[in-house]
Amino acid sequence: MAGGCVIVGAGQAGFEAAAALRAETYPGSIALIGEEPHLPYQRPPLSKGYILDKQGMDEIELRPAQFFRDHGIELMTGDRVIAIDRAGKRVALASGASRDYDALVLACGARNRLLPVPGADRDGVLYLRTLDESRTVKQRLQDASSIVVVGGGFIGLEIAASARSLGKTVTVLEAQPRLMPRVVAPLVSAFYDTLHHDRGVAVVCEACVTGIAGSGERGGRVASVTLSNGSSYPADLVVVGIGVVPNSELARDAGLETANGIVVDQYLQTSDPAIYGIGDCAAHPNAFAGGRVRLESVQNAADQARTVAAAVAGKRAPYAAVPWFWTDQFDVRLQMAGLSGGYDEAVTRGSPDSQKFSVYYFKQSRLIAVDSINRPADHILARRLLASHAPVTPQQAGDESVNLKDIGRHA
Amino acid sequence: MPHVVFIQPSGESQTVDVAPGTSLMTAAVKHGVEGIIGECGGVCMCATCHVYVREDFLDRLPPIMDTEEAVLEVTNAERLPNSRLSCQIKMTETLDGLTVTVPPSQR
Repeated sequence: MAGGCVIVGAGQAGFEAAAALRAETYPGSIALIGEEPHLPYQRPPLSKGYILDKQGMDEIELRPAQFFRDHGIELMTGDRVIAIDRAGKRVALASGASRDYDALVLACGARNRLLPVPGADRDGVLYLRTLDESRTVKQRLQDASSIVVVGGGFIGLEIAASARSLGKTVTVLEAQPRLMPRVVAPLVSAFYDTLHHDRGVAVVCEACVTGIAGSGERGGRVASVTLSNGSSYPADLVVVGIGVVPNSELARDAGLETANGIVVDQYLQTSDPAIYGIGDCAAHPNAFAGGRVRLESVQNAADQARTVAAAVAGKRAPYAAVPWFWTDQFDVRLQMAGLSGGYDEAVTRGSPDSQKFSVYYFKQSRLIAVDSINRPADHILARRLLASHAPVTPQQAGDESVNLKDIGRHA
Repeated sequence: MPHVVFIQPSGESQTVDVAPGTSLMTAAVKHGVEGIIGECGGVCMCATCHVYVREDFLDRLPPIMDTEEAVLEVTNAERLPNSRLSCQIKMTETLDGLTVTVPPSQR
């Protein structure tokens, strides 16, 4: 037990792993190492509540500093692991420090995918993943009037809704033919297109950004965003949300297998049995995906953290949690359970016109995912139905006179 | 400042000052109250801030909205008539002395 557990990355996954290890009464030392200078904090509010000043710092910090002291967790912020010595079971930090480990948990997270067009380095082109980036966006929004959001996924649309709520002129540019194309059915995309349109956000799909124009030379202030069809959208602020790249270089350099993330097995173990990978960076086998997948969510981070903590504490079990996600835009909440990729049938329960409906996704007649818009009870039930593999049929899903609650129970 | 009393299943109690407007969950987490987790950050997604509210305070609390109602269906410990999610209770002066019991488990 000389080395204890070292956790690389102090985001939600890393924090939850440290807390879960102590909850498992893990007797060894725990070092939680994060690159950012802040206490571990929640990312979901950064694009909504925090930007809108509805949630302050004390509400987004996961725990106060005292928690880490009380639980014997050595929190090392503002430092970074630069190398793993697998033979010596030791990590080296940028500061020159090092830590020995018996178990190493890689919760390295992901970083923003950068917009690969000329002018993307101009002043006023921002990204939003970290607290510091959120603060910058929040501050720059004050003086901005025309905002262009590049990317019509969760982050982009949440930022668009926040900026619009602040009275800004907002345009969303999405490269695909519809919003959130990889995660929801066309019906849900259409609903969000209408929602944003009705609230005054201009949504442009099939918009291929080719450049960002601005004043002066390279690095000067942003003035507009140009598309491949020649059209141009004036902007004094551009916020880019076009996905992330997993931080897998540390693992790769240590000779661990990587492929769109750090490759782990169902126990979240890498190709080195003393090293685990969790959270956004972990390419893990997931029964709900029908293969290997990386998931970027609070649920995945927290549940994988607990799976690993149990394993390190000697209670190994495969990761099998039902994936769930949410996004809040304006006053509308979308909750997702399961993974809808590869569905061959989508059935609607309730009416989109009422702004309250759910979409049930089936693959070969088997329920694989449910998206719920302002129907929280459907979402919570969906998690249970998916976890128990309840034999819900498309006909039952679409028939509001059928209480789906009863189906799981008799299975 | 108004205060809240958190009682553990063991009977041990902890008194916490809570600024008006702050949720019970946030205050509990900040003060290290055992058994209040708040994994989703207080947005009614996770059911890990479940508490049992002392009966005489129940009618002073804000009503249970749809999102909270749904999550109360899946609490790990048994849902009782006095079950609430502590993230949905924002402190007010009239709630001074609010007393809640932490359930034996949250997940």
